[in-house]
Amino acid sequence: MSMLKNHGKLERHSLLLTVGILIVVSIGGLVEIAPLFYLENTIEKVKGMRPYTPLELKGRNIYIREGCYVCHSQMVRPLRDEVERYGHYSLAAESMYDHPFQWGSKRTGPDLARVGGKYSDEWHLDHLKEPKSVVPDSIMPPYAFLAKKKLRVEGIGDDLKTLRFAGVPYTDDMIANAEADLVAQASPNQDYDAEDALIARYEAAAERKGTLRIADFDRNPAEITEMDALIAYLQMTGTLVDFSTYEADDLSNRR
Amino acid sequence: MSAHTTTRDQSGWGFSIGTVCALVAAAALGALIIAANAADPMMAAHAWIFFFLTVSGLLVTGLWAGALNGRNPFEPTVYEDTIVKFGVAAAMFWGIAGFLVGLIIALQLTFPNIFYFPDFGWTNFGRLRPLHTSAVIFAFGGNVLIATSFYVVQRTCRTRLGGGMWPWFVFWGYNLFIVIAGTGYLLGVTQSKEYAEPEWYADLWLTIVWVAYLFVFLGTLWKRKEPHIYVANWFYLSFIVTIAMLHIVNNLAIPVSLTGSKSYQLFAGVQDALTQWWYGHNAVGFFLTTGFLAIMYYFIPKQVNRPVYSYRLSIVHFWSLIFIYIWAGPHHLHYTALPQWAQTLGMVFSIMLWMPSWGGMINGVMTLSGAWDKLRTDPVVRMMIVALAFYGMSTFEGPLMSVRAVNSLSHYTEWGIAHVHSGSMGWVGFISFGALYCLTPWLWKRKALFSKALVEWHFWLATLGIVFYIVAMYVAGITEGFMWRAYNEFGFLEYSFIETVKAKHIMYIIRVAGGALYLIGALLMAYNLVRTALGHGEAGEAAPDARPANAPALQPAE
Repeated sequence: MSMLKNHGKLERHSLLLTVGILIVVSIGGLVEIAPLFYLENTIEKVKGMRPYTPLELKGRNIYIREGCYVCHSQMVRPLRDEVERYGHYSLAAESMYDHPFQWGSKRTGPDLARVGGKYSDEWHLDHLKEPKSVVPDSIMPPYAFLAKKKLRVEGIGDDLKTLRFAGVPYTDDMIANAEADLVAQASPNQDYDAEDALIARYEAAAERKGTLRIADFDRNPAEITEMDALIAYLQMTGTLVDFSTYEADDLSNRR
Repeated sequence: MSAHTTTRDQSGWGFSIGTVCALVAAAALGALIIAANAADPMMAAHAWIFFFLTVSGLLVTGLWAGALNGRNPFEPTVYEDTIVKFGVAAAMFWGIAGFLVGLIIALQLTFPNIFYFPDFGWTNFGRLRPLHTSAVIFAFGGNVLIATSFYVVQRTCRTRLGGGMWPWFVFWGYNLFIVIAGTGYLLGVTQSKEYAEPEWYADLWLTIVWVAYLFVFLGTLWKRKEPHIYVANWFYLSFIVTIAMLHIVNNLAIPVSLTGSKSYQLFAGVQDALTQWWYGHNAVGFFLTTGFLAIMYYFIPKQVNRPVYSYRLSIVHFWSLIFIYIWAGPHHLHYTALPQWAQTLGMVFSIMLWMPSWGGMINGVMTLSGAWDKLRTDPVVRMMIVALAFYGMSTFEGPLMSVRAVNSLSHYTEWGIAHVHSGSMGWVGFISFGALYCLTPWLWKRKALFSKALVEWHFWLATLGIVFYIVAMYVAGITEGFMWRAYNEFGFLEYSFIETVKAKHIMYIIRVAGGALYLIGALLMAYNLVRTALGHGEAGEAAPDARPANAPALQPAE
C-alpha cells in the first residue's frame, strides 16, 4: 500500500495533481483515436466517392441546421434486418468527406444513409412540406417553410475552399465555378453548357458516371429554394459507391 | 487566516477588476466589428447580443466599482458567497427552463398535430432538442457545478476564492455562453455535434472562460490554509481539466469566414465520429459524473455530519474512474464503420468502468454509517442517497448496454433515452437538488428550509416522475428494438418503420406525465428556495451564526 501512502504528495501539490490528471485522462484517447489517422485500413478503398456538389452541400448544411441528425441516423449496421430494411451496410469511405459526420445516435425516424433514389422528388417534396400527407402516422415536424425560402447562392465557393483546407479534394475549377454549378444543378434544360461542365467536373472526381442528378427538385422553376438543396442532398445520400466492384470479403476490407 | 493578509492583497485588488474589464472590453469591441461586417444574419444577431450583454456588464461593473470608495471588495478574510448565491439562482432558473423545453419536445413527439407550427420552423423538434439538452446539462448542471465548486473549494481550503474579479468573469462569461448557445439553436446555428453544438465563436469564448475557471480554482488551491487538497477538489479539478481537453479537441473547426457563423469540422467521417463520442461519453464522465461526485463528497458528509466512508476507496476509485472513463467512447459506435478493434476496446473498458463507478456509489452511501435514521428524517439526505442509487443503477446499465450484442438491440432506440434520463434526472438532478437545498439556508444564513414538507413533496413527485419516464422509455425502446428485427413466417420483415413509431404512442404519453411531475417538483423547489432565502416559515427563526468564515471546515479524510 505504499502507493496509497505516496498519494499524500499529490494531495499537497496542486500542480502535480493537475498534471497527473491530465496524463491519466490523455492515454485512452491517444490510443483509440490517433491510430485512425494513420492506419491504412481504417477507410476502405472504394470506387465512386466524390465531394458534394455545391447544391448538395447546401442541402447538407440545411439538414444540419434543422437538426435532422437528432432523429435520423446515417449508419446502416451490418445486421440482417437493417441491411434488408435500408440497404448495404455503411462503409467508412462513404463519410470520408463528411465534415462533420452525420451518423446520428437515435432513430426516432428511419435511417437515411441510403434514402437517395428510394422515393421520387415529389414524394420528398410532399413529405417535407407535410409529413402526414404521405405517412399519416408520422410524428415528423413539417418543413414547408423551406420551399418558400430562397437559397443563398453567394459565397458557396468559400465553403468549398474551407472544406478543401480540411482535406476534401475540391479542385480550383470546382471552387471557381461553385455558384454556377449550384444554379445549374437545380435548373434543368436552361444552360446545357453549364450542366455539362458541372457533370464533367464531379464525374471526373467520382471516376464513375451517373452519380449526379440535375433536376428542379422542388418543382418550382421560378427560383432555387432551400427545398431544392435539401432534396438534392437526400436524393444522393448513399448512392455514390459502386457496390458492384466492392468485395466485402476481401482481406483489405475486413476490419 | 486573519493574520495572513499580505500587502499585495491590500493594494492590488483593483488589478483583477482592470484586467477583467480590459478583456471584456476587447471582446465587446470584437463583437461590434463583427456585427458591422456580419456575413450572415445569424452572426449579426449573435454579435449584437454579445455586444450589448458585454457592454451592460461593463457598465454595471463600472457603477459597482465607482461606489466602492476604496473599500477592498475582495476582502481576503471573508468567503466570497455572493457569487455562489448568483449560481444557485441561475441553476434554478435554467433548470426549470430546461425541464420545460424537455416537456415541450416530449409533447411534440406525442401530439404532433398540436405542438408543431408549420410557419415557425425554429420551434421544430430538431432545433428544440439541443436547446433542452444544453439547458439541462450545461446551463443547469454547469451553474450547479460552478456554484458548488466555488463554495466547496473555499471551505475546504479555508480561504477566499482566488483571482478577485475573475470568478465573476467565469460566472457571467459562462452564462453569456449559454445565452449564445441557446439562441443559436433557435436561429439554426449548430455544428451538429451532440452536446457540442455551439459554433466556433461560442466555443472560443467558452475556452477563454474555462481557462479562467481553471486558474481561479487552482489559484484558490494555491493559497489554501489546509496542507491537503480535499477529495471533492480532486474531482472538481479533474472535471475542469478534462472538459477543457475534450472541448478543445472536439471543436476543432475551420470557420468559413471570421464574420460568419458557419464552420466546418477539421476531421471527417470515422475520425470525426470517434472524436465526437470520445467527447460525448466523457461529457457524461467528467461533466455529469466527476463534477457531481465532487458535490457528493462534500455535501453528503456535511449534511449527515459523518466523515467520508473510506479514504482509500476514494483514491482508488478516483484514479481508476478517470483513467477508464476516457476509453469508453467507442461503445456509442458499435457495428458502425468504426474499425472493430476500437469498438472492442471501448466495450472492454466500459465493462471495467462498472467497478470504479460503484466504488464512488459505495463511498457515498456508506458515509451514512451510523446516521441511517437521516434517510427517514431528512428528505434532503434522502434525495442525495437516492441520487446515488440512480447513479449505481445507470452505471450498471451502461456497461450492460456497451456489450455489443445488447447494443445491437438497444442502440438507436428509446432505451438510450431511458438510460440517459435515469442518469440525468435521477443522479445529476437529485444530487444537484440536494446541494441546492443545502446551500440555500447556508448561504442566506437561515436556520432551516422554508418548508420541509415541500421537500418531501418534491422528492416524491420527482421520483414518481422519473419512474414514469424511464419505465415508459424502457418499454418503448425494447418494443421498437424487437419490432425492427421481427420477421414473419415468410422470412420478410414483419413491421414497417411507421408501425414501430405508432406502437410507442401510449408510452410517449406516459413519458409526458413523468416529465410534467418532474417539472412540478422543480417548481416547488424554486418556491421553497425563494421563501427560504427571504427568511419565511421555518427559515425565519434567527439563525445561530454557526458558520463563521474562520471555523474549521471539513477536515481532509485521512
